[in-house]
Amino acid sequence: MAALDEITAKDGVEEETVEAVKSLAGAYKYGWETDIEMEYAPKGVNPDIVRLISAKNEEPEWMTEWRLSAFERWQQMREPDWAMVNYPEIDFQDQYYYARPKSMQEKPKSLDEVDPKLLETYTKLGIPLKEQALLAGVEAPEGERRVAVDAVFDSVSVGTTFQAELKKAGVIFCSISEAIREHPELVRKYLGSVVPVSDNFYATLNSAVFSDGSFVYVPPGVRCPMELSTYFRINAENTGQFERTLIIADKGSYVSYLEGCTAPQRDTAQLHAAVVEIIIEEDAEVKYSTVQNWYPGDENGKGGIYNFVTKRADCRGDRAKVMWTQVETGSAVTWKYPSCILRGDDTQGEFYSIAIANNHQQADTGTKMIHLGKNAKSRIVSKGISAGRAQNTYRGLVSMHPRASNGRNYTQCDSLLIGDKCGAHTVPYIEVKNNSSRVEHEATTSKVDDDQLFYCRQRGMDEEEAVALVVNGFCKEVLQALPMEFAMEAQQLVAISLEGSVG
Amino acid sequence: MALAEQKTDLAEARLAAISIPQAGAWLSEARNAAAARLRRMGLPVGRDEYWRYTRPDTLTSVAPVAAAVFDAQDEVPIFAEIETLHIVFVDGVFDAEESDDLTGENLEVARLAEAGQADIHWAQQLFGQLEAAAHTHVDRPLAALNTAIAPDGMLIRVTGPVTKPVHITYRHRDEHSDACLHHVIRLEAGSSLTLLENGPAAARFNKVMEVEIADRAAFHHIRAQGRDHERRAATHIFARLGTESRFKSFTLTANGVMTRNECVIDLQGDNAAAHVAGAALGDGDFHHDDTVFVTHDALNCESRQVFKKVLRNGATGVFQGKILVKEGAQKTDGYQISQSLLLDDDSVFLAKPELEIYADDVACSHGSTTGAIDETALYYLRSRGIPRIEAQDMLVLSFLAEAIDEIEDPDISAEIILRLQGWLARHRH
Repeated sequence: MAALDEITAKDGVEEETVEAVKSLAGAYKYGWETDIEMEYAPKGVNPDIVRLISAKNEEPEWMTEWRLSAFERWQQMREPDWAMVNYPEIDFQDQYYYARPKSMQEKPKSLDEVDPKLLETYTKLGIPLKEQALLAGVEAPEGERRVAVDAVFDSVSVGTTFQAELKKAGVIFCSISEAIREHPELVRKYLGSVVPVSDNFYATLNSAVFSDGSFVYVPPGVRCPMELSTYFRINAENTGQFERTLIIADKGSYVSYLEGCTAPQRDTAQLHAAVVEIIIEEDAEVKYSTVQNWYPGDENGKGGIYNFVTKRADCRGDRAKVMWTQVETGSAVTWKYPSCILRGDDTQGEFYSIAIANNHQQADTGTKMIHLGKNAKSRIVSKGISAGRAQNTYRGLVSMHPRASNGRNYTQCDSLLIGDKCGAHTVPYIEVKNNSSRVEHEATTSKVDDDQLFYCRQRGMDEEEAVALVVNGFCKEVLQALPMEFAMEAQQLVAISLEGSVG
Repeated sequence: MALAEQKTDLAEARLAAISIPQAGAWLSEARNAAAARLRRMGLPVGRDEYWRYTRPDTLTSVAPVAAAVFDAQDEVPIFAEIETLHIVFVDGVFDAEESDDLTGENLEVARLAEAGQADIHWAQQLFGQLEAAAHTHVDRPLAALNTAIAPDGMLIRVTGPVTKPVHITYRHRDEHSDACLHHVIRLEAGSSLTLLENGPAAARFNKVMEVEIADRAAFHHIRAQGRDHERRAATHIFARLGTESRFKSFTLTANGVMTRNECVIDLQGDNAAAHVAGAALGDGDFHHDDTVFVTHDALNCESRQVFKKVLRNGATGVFQGKILVKEGAQKTDGYQISQSLLLDDDSVFLAKPELEIYADDVACSHGSTTGAIDETALYYLRSRGIPRIEAQDMLVLSFLAEAIDEIEDPDISAEIILRLQGWLARHRH
C-alpha cells in the first residue's frame, strides 16, 4: 500500500489506528479468480435478455411480466447524480447480465453434485459449504455455531446448506429462483412490497434482470435454529451481478442473517446492483449483518466494483425490530442506504456502520429511519474512515411523521481522516413533524456524554483517559453488534480509536 | 429538459416585468452580467434540492402577494435608544427626510442609485462580484436577480474604527410593495463597523448585502426582521474575510409568512473568524429558512453557526447549513448547531446540517436536536413556585441564549431580549 505508507499520521491519531487501517487496506486477499467454463447471455440488456433470464430460472408467466414492466420503467429513468461519487459513465449495454458456470446447467440436487471447482472456490474463501456436524449426527462443539449458507456465484445460486434441518423448524431458506418456483404465493405477496419496482434507477434495473439471490421465510413464533448467510462471489469478467434477497419474519419470529461478498482483481470496473427486502411482522426481529469486501480497485483507482445497493426493512407489525450492521471496506464506489420503515407502533430500527475508504475508493452510504408508528425508536451509529485519496460520505434521513408520536432518534456519525488528500462528508436530513418526538443528531467526539465523563473523572481519571474510555466503550458497542462469524474481521477494527476525528 | 426550461421561463418573466433604471457604465455592466447569470441559472423551483424544504414560488412570482400593513405605533421602535447613523427606506425607497446625513468619521456612505450614475466608483470592485463568486456549489439565482434589478442600496466604505453604528430601518406602508435593495460594505484594513437593520421592508423584500472585510477589520451585524407582519423575504449576505478579520451576524426573526435568509461566508485569510447566529420565533402561518454556507479556505480559521427556532401552531422552521473545508485549510475549527423547540404537535422542523471536509487536521462538529419543552425542567421550576407560563418563558429564553450570546454589545442584546419577551407575551395562546 504505497499510497498509505507515504502518509504520516498527524498528532493525535494513534499508531494502532493507522496500523489497523493499513492492515485492512493491505493487498486484497480475494483477488484471484476461478478458472471455470461459463456460459453467458449475449451482452447488453433488452426485453429479450429479460425474458432469457426469466426462462433460465424457469419462472412462471407473472414473474416474466413483472420483470418486463420493470424494464420498461427503467428505460424512462435517469441514473441518479446526487451522491458524492464520481465515476466514468457506465455503458449498461456493454456488459453481461447473465453468467453461470456450465456445470450448473443441470441444477445439482445436492451439494455432493456441485462442481468441485466451485466448492473449492468457497473453501478458499473460507466459506463452509459442508454440513459435517449435521451429517456426522453429532452436536457441534461448544462455542461453535452453525451457519446455513446460500452460495451465489455470478448469476446463480450454487447451493444452500442445512436446508433439511431448517425445514424441520419450518424455516424456508433457498435461492430466490427456487422460491419463485416452489413458493410463488409468498414471493408474489412480498416481492416489491418494500422496495417498489420503480423505487430508484438501480432497484428498477435489478427488478428487471436479477438472476438469483436468497429467500428466507421464518414462520410465526419460530426462532431460526441457526444463523443464515449468503455469500456472493463475482467471478466472470464484464459481468454485472444483480441479486435479490427477500426475507420474511412472520409474527414473533427471529432470524439473524449474514452477508459477505468478494470479487477478483481486475482492471475494469464491474457493476453490482442488489436489492434486499425485509418484512418484519408483529413482535418479530431481524438482524442483518454485512461485511462488504468487493474488490476496491488498485491503488491508482483502476478497476473495482461499483456497488449500487438498495436495502430496506419494513417493520410492519407492532414491536417489530430490525438491526442493520455493516462493515464496508471494499468496492470502488459504494452507494448504499440500508433503511428502516418503522410502520408499527413500538417498533425499533438500528443502524451500525463502519465504512473504510482508502486509495481512490468512494463511499456514499448511510441510512433512512422513517418513523410512521407511535413510540418507535431508532438509533444510528456511523463511523467513517478515509485514507489515501478516498472520499467517504455519510448520508442519512430521519423522518418523524405527524402521527409518529413519542418517537426517539439518536444519531451519531463520526469521521476520521488519515492523510490530507482524502475527504469526509456528512449529509444528514432531519424532518420532524410532531413535538412529542425527540431527535438528536451529533457528530463530534468532544461531545462525549458529560455524565459519563463526570463519572469517570470522579473516579480519578484525567479528562483524556475518561474520553478514551467512553469513546472506546462506544466503539466496542458497535462492533459487538456484529455476529460472531464476523468477529475475526471486526477485531481488526477494534483497534481503531476515534481520536482526532471530525464530525 | 422541462425543469431547466421552467426555471429559465420564470427568470425571463421576472426580468421582462421590470425596467432596470439607467445607470453609469460600471453599474450597467454589473447588472447586465447578473442578468446573464440569472438567465443561465433560471429561478428556483420546488424540485431544486436547495429548495427542498422551502417553496420558492412566492419569492419568484412576477407580482408579490399582498401583505397587510401593521400599525407602526403598535411596535416599540427597536434600537431607538442607541445613538446611530440612521438610514430609512420605505417600501424599498430611500427616505431622505427621515434619514440622517450620510456622513461620519471614518465612513464613506453613498446611495447605489446616485453613485451608480457615475462612470467609476470604488464599489464597482465588489458590486455583484461576491454574489457571482458564490454560485460554485449551488446556484443562488435570487441573489443574481437582485444584482440585476436592485434600483438602490447603500454603499458603505469604512476606513477606520466607527463608534456609532449604522442603522438601516425598512418601513412597510404599501400592501403591494415589492422591494429590492443591494448593499455593498467594504471594511478597510484595521477598521470596524456595527450595522443594525430592522423592519419588515415591504410585502416582498429581496435584499443582498456584500461585505468585504480586509485584514484585521471587524464587522458586527444585528438585524431584527420585523414583527407580526405578513411580509415575505429572501435575503443574502455574502462575506469575504481577510487575515485576522472578524465577522459576526445575528438575526432575530419574529413571525413573517416567509423568510429565507442565506448567508455565504468565505474565509480567505488566515486566523479569521466568522460567527453567524439566528433566533426565530414562529406562530401559525410562518415559514423560516436559514441557509448557511461557510467555506474555510485558509489556515487556522474559526466558524460558528448557531441557529435556534421556537415554533408553534403549525409553524415551520428550516435549517440548511454547510461547512466546507478546502484542501489545505488546516487547523480549522468549525462548529454548527441547529435546534428547535416545538411548542405544540403541529409545528415542523426540517434540517440538513452538512459537512464537507478535505483537510485532516481540523475539528468540525455539528449537532441538531428537536423536541418539546423539557417537562422535568418545567416541573422543577414550578415546584419552586414559578407559574407555568413564566417557567415556560424562562425555558424558551434559555433555549435561545446560545444564539443571543453571539451579540457582543450588551445594550443591543438587551433590546433583542426585550423583543423576545414581547413576542412570548403576545403568543401564549
